[in-house]
Amino acid sequence: MSSATQYQPVFVGEIRARLEALFPKYPEKQACLLPALWLVQEARGWISDGAIAEVAEVLGLTPAYVRGVVTFYTMYHTHPVGRHFIQVCTTSPCNICGAEEVTKALLKHTGCGALGATSPDGRFTVIEVECLGACGFATPILIDDDFVEGVTPERVAGILQGYK
Amino acid sequence: MGYPHASHPKEEVVLSKHFGDAGARTFDGWVKRGGYEALRKALALSRDEVVEVVKASGLRGRGGAGFPTGLKWSFMPKEVTKPHYLVCNADESEPGTFKDREILRWTPHQLIEGCAIAAHAIGAQRIYVYVRGEFTAEYRILQAAVDEAYRGGALGGDVLGSGRRIDLVVHRGAGAYICGEETAMMNSIEGRRGNPRIKPPFPAQAGLWASPTTINNVETLSAVPHIIAKGAEWYRSLCRGNPKSTGTKLFSVCGHVQKPGNYEVVMGTPMRELVYDMAGGMRPGRTLKAVIPGGSSVPMLSAAEIEDCPLDYEGVAAKGSMLGSGGMIVMDDSTDLVYQVMRLARFYAHESCAQCTQCREGTAWTTRILERILAGEGKPSDLDLLLDLADNMTGKTICVLSDSCAAPVVSAIAKFRGEFEAYLSRARKPALAQV
Repeated sequence: MSSATQYQPVFVGEIRARLEALFPKYPEKQACLLPALWLVQEARGWISDGAIAEVAEVLGLTPAYVRGVVTFYTMYHTHPVGRHFIQVCTTSPCNICGAEEVTKALLKHTGCGALGATSPDGRFTVIEVECLGACGFATPILIDDDFVEGVTPERVAGILQGYK
Repeated sequence: MGYPHASHPKEEVVLSKHFGDAGARTFDGWVKRGGYEALRKALALSRDEVVEVVKASGLRGRGGAGFPTGLKWSFMPKEVTKPHYLVCNADESEPGTFKDREILRWTPHQLIEGCAIAAHAIGAQRIYVYVRGEFTAEYRILQAAVDEAYRGGALGGDVLGSGRRIDLVVHRGAGAYICGEETAMMNSIEGRRGNPRIKPPFPAQAGLWASPTTINNVETLSAVPHIIAKGAEWYRSLCRGNPKSTGTKLFSVCGHVQKPGNYEVVMGTPMRELVYDMAGGMRPGRTLKAVIPGGSSVPMLSAAEIEDCPLDYEGVAAKGSMLGSGGMIVMDDSTDLVYQVMRLARFYAHESCAQCTQCREGTAWTTRILERILAGEGKPSDLDLLLDLADNMTGKTICVLSDSCAAPVVSAIAKFRGEFEAYLSRARKPALAQV
């Protein structure tokens, strides 16, 4: 816990209502764990230690258990990321169609420099991911929630302009 | 991008008939195209009658295993003493496969209708559709369609006036290939790490929350309304000589073909027609080197082997591979197979849930040895070492993830040994920096 500022709960007001609307969909509250973590990430951008403790509290689990689940799933961020999070597929079907060149172009044009690093202006983080399930439209990238297909190194700069 | 590509004359469009037609996405649009009539018909039949029709159709699981769907449904207890659940596997993550995404994107009501019919057949009141976390647009489209289906009376407390309750919950994954394995998927829905479970008990005995559960793939469930509407005879007649593989199947073709995309063909259609005619064959001046025919987890086939290979379960099995999910990765002569096998091994190492030693260690060591070979630091004994590792990774773990890592390695060494030896003998320039 590096931050000295006090943790502000996520599950209040509308987000609390959204969480509670999930409860009747499952016979056990624990099943709301993945959806609850999505709500946290949507609100805060990442899942902090404080959020882990809060999720554990609202679902009747232990923080250690919640942490075990958070770290299993690659889409939950356990540290802050750039305002726009870019995932580029480099698994074989995209790889043979030039995905590694797309990755290089993304690292260059975002200013991130390295995979997993956030650009100095805080705008972007780029990571390589395994198969995005769009192999026929190589190379696909996911920018936040936007799927962009058929990305080539030449298209990268233009695509990034839409994300400030 | 994506759809629609014009339908090829060699296709038989059943599931994909409305791909590219945004009007089919809405509840009213689906009803206008004849949608939900099959559900109405099924609800007028008994559970057993629906199961019998699907059994007679010959429909087999389209997610990869090819298990007969009607038979799977018949394993569900007749007496409903505990809640029964249907889980729809929309966690499409197998490299090379992108067919379910198209179904979710264009015809969500086709899937909802299939789910509701299946729920009726297995005595389930609740359906969970597990959509992979990365399918953000598909998740929104499906959720919107589910909301509409509730308003339209196709889901909820009194489905189409039958008095039957069927609820559907869309559950979003969060980035884990292994959750496509059915028991890992159940753990994930329950709010756990996605570790596969030991079978038995099988899901039909003790699945979600230890209750009877059936898990079916998106494409399998989407075929069901058509079978109910047009009958088992019709579906069985979609066949090219092998009565064990019936109906149509969506094949995702990707890699070095001129027209990658999804193609729906009758089972038993020659693989060569799919690769060369429908998908347009190789780029000018290139020749085919290898095809991974059923998603990345199956052994690869050489160009010669696909020449007389029919696209059905038995036909691909006879060539020593598997039809799997129908995701075909096509690689031409420009492909560095050693590098691509390393990328696949890296995929499996990344996706291993790490509970079984053979998989956790095996996928990681396989990757490191392949990286070493690619960096020009391979040892002459490395190929034997890879094969020995692969042997220890096959048939020895809770699920088949480690087998899936071994399959491309073993088949590539068997069929393209020279490419590995070129790195080992330093005849080929290293493709990777020192590791």
